[in-house]
Amino acid sequence: MEGIYLLFILLLSIFVGFELIQKVPATLHTPLMSGANAISGITVVGALALAGDETLGEYTMYLGAFAVFLATINVVGGYLVTDRMLAMFKKKK
Amino acid sequence: MTSNIDLVINFTYVIAAGLFIYGLKLLGHPSSARKGNLVSAVAMLIAIVVTLLDNNIINFQWIAIAMLAGSVVGFFAARLIAMTDMPEMVSLLNGVGGLASVFVAWATIQSGAGLTAFILVVTFLALLIGGVTFSGSIVAWAKLSERITGRAVTFSGQAVVNGIIVLAIIATGYAFVAQPDLALTSTEVLYIALGLSLLFGIMLVLPIGGADMPVVISLLNSYSGLAACAAGFALQNNILIVAGSLVGASGIILTNIMCKAMNRSLSNVLFSGFMAVHKTDM
Repeated sequence: MEGIYLLFILLLSIFVGFELIQKVPATLHTPLMSGANAISGITVVGALALAGDETLGEYTMYLGAFAVFLATINVVGGYLVTDRMLAMFKKKK
Repeated sequence: MTSNIDLVINFTYVIAAGLFIYGLKLLGHPSSARKGNLVSAVAMLIAIVVTLLDNNIINFQWIAIAMLAGSVVGFFAARLIAMTDMPEMVSLLNGVGGLASVFVAWATIQSGAGLTAFILVVTFLALLIGGVTFSGSIVAWAKLSERITGRAVTFSGQAVVNGIIVLAIIATGYAFVAQPDLALTSTEVLYIALGLSLLFGIMLVLPIGGADMPVVISLLNSYSGLAACAAGFALQNNILIVAGSLVGASGIILTNIMCKAMNRSLSNVLFSGFMAVHKTDM
């Protein structure tokens, strides 16, 4: 039954995702892509659960910790890069 | 089963999901875009902090090291990169995100806990999509930064080779989930699947020329969202599913919009390298 709830969540979020990005000016394409990329770093939350759970064994924890490392780069780098791009936009105006 | 702390965590995930949606909405308008990025960053921070409250997370030593190292690398990568190299940077970060999904999937398999057929399917998908995202993004990065030729790379029989890779991926997927009596262990199947997905990512991006790269990066960005989403199913984590599918769906739409802006269709961008009448004289 849990799986069905998760599928509901998936379905609704896909619709929201479609609706959000309908009329976006061309200048915002790259920052939007970069911003969305930072959000996809949410994997870090899943990686944390694997990296900190000792019951899963040492090997899993190491793999999880490496995933945390990679996803953190994605998150931190992604948001900063997006912010830099958008900051440049403001100056142009 | 559900303790109070789980309830708090999941309730906070709902708030974070709402903020992600609101942030994406703000990102779509020039006047509010910067604020939107900030809102989405706050949502990410909330999600990370509340996850650390989880009772199952006991050992913080490696988490602390990994997060610190990741933040430092991410910070300097974002600060030091030249403004003109931004598309490459986005591609590279996207690849790193894809690789993170690969390792989450790998760790899930390695933990061996509660691996039902459903979990195996979604974990395999996370591994596969993550692998394609990683190698594809690396190729896109190399093309944009002119480490390899920016033009479309094609060779005769490429379509056949790609077809064989797809079939091999399906076969390993079956072997992985159904686990028939093979001479291979599931870990060995995992390695083969990973290798194939990496190869497929390279083959996907190689035949695409330089000017079409932004479209491909947008598509790969959408894939990295889908990989996070698949990982969310594997770990039964709501926020991963919501955020992942948001990125997946908005990425597809964005890819489509970018194609339309160039008066092309997505399939035309992806497969034009194979077409016989592809114009090479500019």
